[in-house]
Amino acid sequence: TLAERANLAGVRHIVLVLSGKGGVGKSTISTELALALRNAGKRVGILDVDLCGPSIPRMLRVQDSAVHQCDSGWVPVFVGQDKAIALMSIGFLLERPDDAVVWRGPKKNALIKQFVTDVAWGDLDFLIVDTPPGTSDEHISTVEALRPYQLLGAILVTTPQ
Amino acid sequence: LAAQLSLSLAECPGTGSAQAGRAAACQGCPNQGLCAAGKAGPDPAEVAELRARLRAVRHTVLVLSGKGGVGKSTFSALLAHGLAADESKQVALLDIDICGPSIPKMMGLEGEQVHQSGSGWSPVYVEENLGVMSVGFLLSSPDDAVIWRGPKKNGLIKQFLRDVDWGEVDYLIVDTPPGTSDEHLSIVQYLSATHVDGAIIVTTPQEVSLQDVRKEINFCRKVKLPIIGVVENMSGFVCPKCKNESQIFPPTTGGAEKMCQNLNVSLLGKVPLDPQIGKSCDSGQSFLAEAPESPATLSYRNIIQRIQEYCEQQRFQEEKIM
Repeated sequence: TLAERANLAGVRHIVLVLSGKGGVGKSTISTELALALRNAGKRVGILDVDLCGPSIPRMLRVQDSAVHQCDSGWVPVFVGQDKAIALMSIGFLLERPDDAVVWRGPKKNALIKQFVTDVAWGDLDFLIVDTPPGTSDEHISTVEALRPYQLLGAILVTTPQ
Repeated sequence: LAAQLSLSLAECPGTGSAQAGRAAACQGCPNQGLCAAGKAGPDPAEVAELRARLRAVRHTVLVLSGKGGVGKSTFSALLAHGLAADESKQVALLDIDICGPSIPKMMGLEGEQVHQSGSGWSPVYVEENLGVMSVGFLLSSPDDAVIWRGPKKNGLIKQFLRDVDWGEVDYLIVDTPPGTSDEHLSIVQYLSATHVDGAIIVTTPQEVSLQDVRKEINFCRKVKLPIIGVVENMSGFVCPKCKNESQIFPPTTGGAEKMCQNLNVSLLGKVPLDPQIGKSCDSGQSFLAEAPESPATLSYRNIIQRIQEYCEQQRFQEEKIM
């Protein structure tokens, strides 16, 4: 729908950060990549679709932030030294940071779809999508939801063993 | 919509609860139909079937984390080897990480296949008293991706419990993927058919891991799964040449020790980094056997002993009551 397309319409490049394996540094790389691109003068956003273990808010020191709404949807949290990196994560929706999000697939899929279509990203050069380990609901849903948009590609992160 | 989702996040009664699908917060939740129909979890007939199959299992432990890459599979494999060192004990290792099954490689069983007999699927045996089951054995190639949504994963987990002929088992160790999702909900629900001694939670010292592990601890409390204790992996590195100790993953918020104090759970032990651990895992050998003098081996052995004592003590208490 037109409304759904609008929120990502101003995003030039969408990059997925994947692994398969956990604990190899996906979130770390996503964060550092965003900061480096910002340093190079680009407009950057991060979408954290790790619903069970969202690491990005802490890495950018915004774990206590909350999300607000506007006419076009959710307003991302703006982070980084110049508050210019847009971030969306389930971390911002939890009442308490230690609350476990114990959801089965369908509920996770619904939230991911909302994260893709209902966040007012504005104009971005890069949207970096950080994912959880595995090849399951989150990954299938994210790729499906992003299909209508300009998906640049995926960066795969690993460790040597 | 955001407000509605935040509300349902806070007030989800839990997919396994009596209120599942029926609470006010369930309105509009995409899971509502499943929960209300009671289809979010296993039905009582299935549970009865599983109970029969798992009757001969004396002790069951789950190895959990919440965080990926902290050493759950490594620990599960070594726990299995450690317990199976006593040849009078029958040990079973079940790998329910469907997307990233590490156990076949770590146990030196890559390429093995599952055979069927009249009594069910046969586990793959590393030793006579150590049997293993993993989706890894069902793939035609180790690089095949298993891209399944939750319900299909749950189906396979149920099959692992229902169709594998484990026989008489002293210890069933269940290795899990990271997270708190379908696999974890399902294994807890299916295992309600048998007695679960508890969960061992694995972490590394840094806060980015601990914040996921606290969620896992809350998950265990939510589903009433006893916590045997926490293992802190990658806890310091001692250089084999100069013997200097470094904190590769500094415990900036006090590590597992502080977290355990705060949450009133037991710290089973801390295991230092040893490059031989990764090498042994890659080559499918038992690190405990390959590096018996390593400080990491000593730590693992102490932890394994504490787990054994916990399980035996539980049994003793039950038998006293009976």
